[in-house]
Amino acid sequence: MEEALLSISNLNKRFESTGGHVQALYNVDLHVQEGEFITVIGPSGCGKSTLLRIVAGLDNGYTGSVTLGGTEIGGPGIDKGFIFQEHRLFPWLTVEKNIASDLPLGNKEIRRKVDELINLVKLNGFEKSYPRELSGGMAQRVAIARALLRNPKILLLDEPFGALDAFTRAHMQTVLLDIWRANKTTMIFVTHDIDEAVFLGNRVVILEPRPGKIRKIVPVDLPYPRKKTTSSFQELRLKVLNYFEKVDELELIDGAGI
Amino acid sequence: MAGQLSWINGYAHETKGGWTMSDGVEAIFKNTTRVRDSLDSSDAAPLPIKKSKKSAAAIAWKSLLSDWGTGAIIPVVTIFLWQLAGSTGLISAQFLPTPLSIARAFTDLLITGELTHHLGVSMGRAGIGFLIGGVLGLLFGVLTGLFRSVEYVLDPSVQVLRLVPHLAIAPLIILWFGFGEMSKVVIILTGSFFPLYINTFMGIRNVDNKLFEVSRVLGFSPYQKLRRLILPAALPGILLGLRLSLAVAWIGLVVAELIGSQSGIGFLINEAKQNSNTEIVFVGIIIFAIVGKLIDSLFRIIERRFLFWRDSYEG
Repeated sequence: MEEALLSISNLNKRFESTGGHVQALYNVDLHVQEGEFITVIGPSGCGKSTLLRIVAGLDNGYTGSVTLGGTEIGGPGIDKGFIFQEHRLFPWLTVEKNIASDLPLGNKEIRRKVDELINLVKLNGFEKSYPRELSGGMAQRVAIARALLRNPKILLLDEPFGALDAFTRAHMQTVLLDIWRANKTTMIFVTHDIDEAVFLGNRVVILEPRPGKIRKIVPVDLPYPRKKTTSSFQELRLKVLNYFEKVDELELIDGAGI
Repeated sequence: MAGQLSWINGYAHETKGGWTMSDGVEAIFKNTTRVRDSLDSSDAAPLPIKKSKKSAAAIAWKSLLSDWGTGAIIPVVTIFLWQLAGSTGLISAQFLPTPLSIARAFTDLLITGELTHHLGVSMGRAGIGFLIGGVLGLLFGVLTGLFRSVEYVLDPSVQVLRLVPHLAIAPLIILWFGFGEMSKVVIILTGSFFPLYINTFMGIRNVDNKLFEVSRVLGFSPYQKLRRLILPAALPGILLGLRLSLAVAWIGLVVAELIGSQSGIGFLINEAKQNSNTEIVFVGIIIFAIVGKLIDSLFRIIERRFLFWRDSYEG
């Protein structure tokens, strides 16, 4: 197997609480190649957000190893772009200033890159708008541009389209795929939407809860751009759904045992 | 003559309350159409920056108008009834001078230049006291807000001192600094320190933790974190603190000048009291009220100018 960009080996993470502890992640192994689009799916409480936050360096206190480009993750940084569920833009900055954030827009090189990204996320004409004037989908596109400006080795997306309506979400999925194909940025995309997972990913990682561990990794060999209505797509969707439902059953059995 | 004119203008302004209020109503309607406009154009084109800046200024101006207009109803009616009661001899002029005689005293003081002199002295004192107290409050507020260690060392003591009404220590300050300018400035600065300190501190502590996470992901340096995140996010608190500090500075000024001084609006009131010149007492009070209100309105405009990005309920 060739050297992976991101290597997660034997990752364990538990949260201590007053009532004991919760095993959030249990022996997770995942190796992501450069340029891959990984989608992670699972019911709530399966640790998918925790996994992503550990890769981002936002959570620590885990055992096992997580390396990006051969070095252990030390903390958050611009080499690991992160898109949150909410856009988390600075409300006092315009779109272009939000994208630049701490980088000077007066710098010609940065100015050029920001303009390029605004083009890429299709926000031309909204450079001077404030976050409160944007729709949810537009704001999330600004957040994506903000992360991409830093040329991250990997882009981590934590249910970024979860709060959007179905139409905007479908639109954002195509926008994200366009970006991925244009920039070849490695992506890990966490979602609880099966269609979204199959539509976007090279591989779909299915997590199961309590303890959070990988149940199955399903490769999606369909060529891009994919069509949700084709029978091959539906076949894969059913395959994932099948695993997903087994996870659900497990969860129910678990719940009944309490 | 010029003074008379400006007084008449001021008076006329207040009596305009009737139509400026309807102006306020118009502003409300204009606001709703603005919202509708921006809704219509939301997927077509953004509001150009020039337009939004202009409209922010226009809104500030409109709100100032409606603020004054609607707020003027009660004073105008009161002044009218008051003048009526005085003119008909219902109330003795010694006890309560009529608005017109107060206006006359006002113009007299203005023509002799006494009023501007005393007002200048008062504003200078309040300004210096507020500046020193405010800078200290801001500095300490930022430090306790940013560093928990500083908070543990400093905040308990400050909170205890805060609970002492700052006017209660005025006699002590006079004992220490005498009746000179120093004691007046110190009384004002001790008052204006606390509101700014507390609101800066709270403003920083109320910065959304989610945005802190963003600053970590984007790899902000400590300086960038302060400049790009903490200060802008704490600005609503800081501006509120500034406004409250100025109000307290104004109160401290009155007390400092009433206790003992040779100049200033407070002195003017005190001297008039000794000479049973009730009109001038009223002039002094009105000056305090008008200048206080002007400063407060100025701050509202500043708030609207700098906090326009806030997406909160505006009533």
